[in-house]
Amino acid sequence: MSTLYSKLRKPIIEGDKSLSQVTDDVAKTLETKPTKLWWFAFLLALTALVAGVVAVTYQIKMGIGTWGLNKTVGWAFDITNFVFWVGIGHAGTLISAILFLFRQRWRTSINRSAEAMTVFAVICAGLFPIIHMGRPWLFFWIAPYPNFRGPLWVNFRSPLLWDFFAISTYFTISLVFWYIGLIPDLATLRDRAKTKIKKAVYRVTSFGWNGSVRTWNRYETVYVLLAALATPLVLSVHSIVSMDFATSVIPGWHTTIFPPYFVAGAIFSGFAMVLTLMIIARKVLNYQEYITLDHIEKMCKVILATGGIVGLAYATEMFMAWYSVNEYERFVFINRALGPFAWAYWIMVSCNVIIPQLLWFKKLRRSIVFVFMMSIVINIGMWFERFVIIVTSIHRDFLPSSWAMYKPSIIEIATLLGSFGLFFSAFLLFARFVPFIAIGEVKGVLGYGRTNKSAPQIGHTPEPKLEAVEE
Amino acid sequence: MDAQLFLGVFTNENDVLNATRASKKAGYPIYDVYSPYAVHGLESAMGLKPSRLTYVCLLFGLAGLLLGVFVQFWIGSIDWPLNVGGKPFNSLPAYLPVIFEVTVLISGLGVVFSMLFRTKLFPGKKAWLPDIRVTNDHFVIALIQRDASFNTRAVQQLWQKYNLLEAKSLSEVVL
Repeated sequence: MSTLYSKLRKPIIEGDKSLSQVTDDVAKTLETKPTKLWWFAFLLALTALVAGVVAVTYQIKMGIGTWGLNKTVGWAFDITNFVFWVGIGHAGTLISAILFLFRQRWRTSINRSAEAMTVFAVICAGLFPIIHMGRPWLFFWIAPYPNFRGPLWVNFRSPLLWDFFAISTYFTISLVFWYIGLIPDLATLRDRAKTKIKKAVYRVTSFGWNGSVRTWNRYETVYVLLAALATPLVLSVHSIVSMDFATSVIPGWHTTIFPPYFVAGAIFSGFAMVLTLMIIARKVLNYQEYITLDHIEKMCKVILATGGIVGLAYATEMFMAWYSVNEYERFVFINRALGPFAWAYWIMVSCNVIIPQLLWFKKLRRSIVFVFMMSIVINIGMWFERFVIIVTSIHRDFLPSSWAMYKPSIIEIATLLGSFGLFFSAFLLFARFVPFIAIGEVKGVLGYGRTNKSAPQIGHTPEPKLEAVEE
Repeated sequence: MDAQLFLGVFTNENDVLNATRASKKAGYPIYDVYSPYAVHGLESAMGLKPSRLTYVCLLFGLAGLLLGVFVQFWIGSIDWPLNVGGKPFNSLPAYLPVIFEVTVLISGLGVVFSMLFRTKLFPGKKAWLPDIRVTNDHFVIALIQRDASFNTRAVQQLWQKYNLLEAKSLSEVVL
């Protein structure tokens, strides 16, 4: 049997799957009834979502005075959550677009779910600025359209407006990219559907796909183009989010390293969330042969690299505060590390810089339990990073008489909880109703690491040899 | 035009790749090849040219770029000049982020809709499948069988070398 495998590469998918086995394995999740565990998780997520809906309804009715904000701390929990969720989304695009351009073929078994995660995370993120507007029903005023108010236009010099364009473009392109990737898989499901309803649903959603190579040719072209468009897009989105802070004159925000620092942090936190979700999903949905230990180890390496950049950014900020000899800048950083919010700062540093160094050990990178706990730690750390950046920079401003502390109200905590509820209920529904693994893409990598570069055959058919190309 | 299709079903990527190359070399007109996933090399084996959608994407991108530039300059300098911190009304650097986002949005959506239009894919379309297994684990080569000069036996013999699973004629196809 050893001749089946290449000496240079290891197969990406374990278990010598044939093409139809891949279809069966992925479709099985959609064709069986949900387990008790799924129901438990879904009800839990739904409860959190309901708590969030109640809190949001209340704060919209009463106004955002229900939050813990004060005259000095004008941004806190809400914007922290916004930046946190946008960051989570970035890993999905990194996996689907950037790893695709780099020909990292192991991405195939995680890209579908990571992209779904992106779409849901961006939905969660988008809600926070809308809530923060106070009058969310006038949200559409941020779009530049001819109107009867002058016409009064938006201010194109404002980073907050850039943000609106960046987030909505990011959401649209991510959604389209995700759906385009889904079409061949929906066709696969259509052709094995048994019930009338399923047949009708898949017929509508699969757009009449029939696997024609002429179509595949164009499809692949568009896929590359979308990946090439999404790559600078994803970098621009968190850069623009960081400009919400960097273009202001607040010490601690007004720095030029913010865009790369935020992008690295976003990928760092996003991969942590991907790991959290994948480690649960591979176990619950029985995808251990698709999302293998190698996948987890590779993602840990990405975390280690981006975590290193984040650590470097923390150090650079500190250094620049000292080196700039700007007393306000210096004060903000000393206040961060030693002031009343020092606990948050040190949670951030330990969760994002110190603890992840353990990932240098291969044994730990390949330990599921350890990696799972690490991913939770990083998620917490990265949430605190945004909290530290936002709150500690403004709670002690230029006038000591207006210095204030910030404490979130129960409404704000319930809103954060609600966003997690929304995210997880959407993700759990996705896992039930949409192929969790990109069937068409995984089939393409089955031959990887095998001597004849083709998928394992079923039963009696002889294994064919690769023939030399005659031009 | 009414024509018959002659189909060969294969179960392996290498087989269908080699069989397609051999059919092309032998001069049989290839109508299409069907595969459950994107097999790299099949498009060149069939003799397909690279898709022109990249140019379509470029055009949409340029349109988006111009839209982003003109809308912002028109609004900011002509329709409602707004003094923001004494900066010039036509400050390009401040407009770049939105120009970039609009370019990406329009080129991305434009190329996707062009692809759907060109490949005639739309919601609810009834799929024409040469074989129901083609979206699962089988590959089909469809040759155009115009008249009696098309020697089905010769084709089958050619395909046999590549582990042909089955061959069949489809008559009621309108090309």
